[in-house]
Amino acid sequence: MFDASLTTAGVRAQSRWWYLGARSEAAWIGALSLVAVVVLWQIASTRWVPSILFPTPLRTLEACSTMMWEGVLPHHVAVSLARIAAGFVLGTVVGVPVGLAMGLFPPVLIFLEPYVQFFRFVPPVAWIIPAILWFGIGETSKIFLIFYTTVFLVLFNTMVGVSAVARNQIRSARCFGADRRQLFLWVILPGTMPHVLTGMRLAMGNSFAAVVGAEFIAAQSGLGFLIVDSGTWMATDRMFAGMLTLGVLGILADQLFRAASARWASRYLLSN
Amino acid sequence: MAYITFRGIDFRYGPKGPLTIRGLDLELRRGEFFMLVGPSGCGKTTVLNILAGFEAPTAGELLVEGHAVTGPQRDRIVIFQEPDSLYPWLTTLENVEFPLRVLGVSRSERRARVGEALRLVGLRGHEAKHPGQLSGGMKQRVQIARALVLDAPILLMDEPFGALDAQTRIILQDELAQIAARTQQTILFITHDIHEAIFLADRIGVMTAGPESTLKKIVEIELPRPRTRGSAAFGELYEHVHQILSEEVRRVLRREDSLL
Amino acid sequence: MIQGSRSRLRGLGYVVSVLLVLGLWQFLSSRAIIPLLFPSPLSTLHVGLELARKGQLQADLWASLRRIVAGFALGSAVGVVLGLLMGAYRPVRLLLEPYLHFLRFLPALAWIPAVMLWLGTGEGAKIVLLAYTTVFIVALNTMVGVSRVPRNQVRAARSFGARRSQVFFLVTVPATVGYALTGMRLAMGNCFMTVVAAELVASDSGLGYLIFSSRQWMQTELAFVGIFLLGFLGLIADHAFRTTSTRLLWRYEGASRSRTAL
Repeated sequence: MFDASLTTAGVRAQSRWWYLGARSEAAWIGALSLVAVVVLWQIASTRWVPSILFPTPLRTLEACSTMMWEGVLPHHVAVSLARIAAGFVLGTVVGVPVGLAMGLFPPVLIFLEPYVQFFRFVPPVAWIIPAILWFGIGETSKIFLIFYTTVFLVLFNTMVGVSAVARNQIRSARCFGADRRQLFLWVILPGTMPHVLTGMRLAMGNSFAAVVGAEFIAAQSGLGFLIVDSGTWMATDRMFAGMLTLGVLGILADQLFRAASARWASRYLLSN
Repeated sequence: MAYITFRGIDFRYGPKGPLTIRGLDLELRRGEFFMLVGPSGCGKTTVLNILAGFEAPTAGELLVEGHAVTGPQRDRIVIFQEPDSLYPWLTTLENVEFPLRVLGVSRSERRARVGEALRLVGLRGHEAKHPGQLSGGMKQRVQIARALVLDAPILLMDEPFGALDAQTRIILQDELAQIAARTQQTILFITHDIHEAIFLADRIGVMTAGPESTLKKIVEIELPRPRTRGSAAFGELYEHVHQILSEEVRRVLRREDSLL
Repeated sequence: MIQGSRSRLRGLGYVVSVLLVLGLWQFLSSRAIIPLLFPSPLSTLHVGLELARKGQLQADLWASLRRIVAGFALGSAVGVVLGLLMGAYRPVRLLLEPYLHFLRFLPALAWIPAVMLWLGTGEGAKIVLLAYTTVFIVALNTMVGVSRVPRNQVRAARSFGARRSQVFFLVTVPATVGYALTGMRLAMGNCFMTVVAAELVASDSGLGYLIFSSRQWMQTELAFVGIFLLGFLGLIADHAFRTTSTRLLWRYEGASRSRTAL
């Protein structure tokens, strides 16, 4: 779940995959596969299984548009996104400095490492019940869970990033007489950037899962609530619409993050 | 008086590691081009790292102009074999400018000095490229320019051309010979390549096989400059250095065989 | 060696750090904060031991573990086969890749209500959810692994006259092992998340249920016991996975190192 080895090389290779997939010779196979699955889904949910359990693609899209008109879907999306944004920003703001401190100062590392190594294996959903107890059923408990999801991923990746800065980059800066401040600002910070961005991107992906978990248990709004509530009322078309929206949002957020990194941080993603 | 003095240098990694260098004595003259050659694993790079201030000797004394070396300093710039000491997020221009920024030199003076250094190594026109967009030879030129921009009196070159193809290597050797003649810097240069050593060096120090290696012999290269690679005197020197070195290399091979 | 004394010092630092925080926690929760909100380490330990004596702790641990192992194994098997096929056959990849990329952004958690509707709240539903959690990461990593098999390894095999199937089984598959294993290790972490969520929503056993029951009995210690067990279990699982994969599969370059496509 928390892996710092997901490097920028991987990110680039990944975007190349998308690029390949978009190539013309591939386009028709992609279109074919999309049509095939939608048709198959339609047939399956009208012939083989009762559509009350498995709504057709048309019904799902209908539910999407109905909820769109009613304003239900935008409301739940906005609520979930606000929770993710708040927790994500908070987690990044705390995770980056602490990760840097752990990477730079051995006493800090030794003091915090046992906790980081332990809690990175405790999934965020495990904290739902204590979070409700501590922060109530309101927004704070959800934001806390997203914060928890984000902070360890960002912190861990930042910490690893500091130790991954090439030794010769540090050595040559010392040759030039760089003091500690210059070494930090001009060598270590930019050198750690790719890892920080990777940690943030992974954290964002996991935040979507965590917010759903939190909204299952303790919420009256948000996409997770929409999914579980629709399930309870057997409104499977609305449930599917919620899931579809969640998936699309996850992809959009990921692409947006990549585009933003490429736009504003591209030089830090270069390699020698 | 010697400019740089190694006196009775011992080195081991950690308090209980094996002794890799034992009793090394070496004196470098101001402005000379000194080559260090030796079999792989003999600790050439360690000698360079000690002079750079990256490693501290276990015993012995190291003086530069009579002052003990305590750490890296601006008067001794290292050029590494791998280009991984360049900063990939900076352009060529910004990389070469880096030492001057550290020094706090004003922007206009920075630009002037960087321009001069880039011209010296033939990198004009590549200012806006990032290291990842340059060839291996160009990256080493960036490293050299970055060292020249400071006018440091001492250059420490750790097999800087070792990873380049033969043609590029020869071109860079020619350029380095010209630069060294101009700048009069004191250069400690490590290489595996005897040709390179004879072409560039004022003196060649041959090290013994490790561990517990030390300096075996120093060969004076009194060929006139600018040098040509094909002369008869060049060939004789090659044979001479090759003989001294190959004894040590054979010792390494024999030991590896006996371990099998 | 300096290494030895340094790591001993580091170990000492860890112990001091843990004792310090536990001590502070104990002090605070007995003086400053309400025990119901934040039970002390000693009362957490006490409740944990109590549960262990009754055998409930072992039962819950075993229930979660069994589900993870079954779902993880199923998901890994399917994921590896899928990844190999997608990596080796371009049409398969083009056909399936859009779904792979969509579904990996649709967390298993979101499927919980649907799967419960279809399969009920029994073991089958949880195993399906865990397999779902595993399959995409493993497939994606395996697929990328196939595409990164060094070209000259394939060319060398072909020049020896290897047939396509031989190249696949003798070169491609072994060269991909490291990638598949990294995918599995990442998936394992996510499996803990899924199993807890599924057990929170609908179950009467497992660590997620243990955490959930703390609310019912107004005994926060139960949640803390569950959280601690999850942490230890995750730590042990990760460590076990890494050591066994390096020990058994060291010859496949990169099996020990992390390799990933995400």
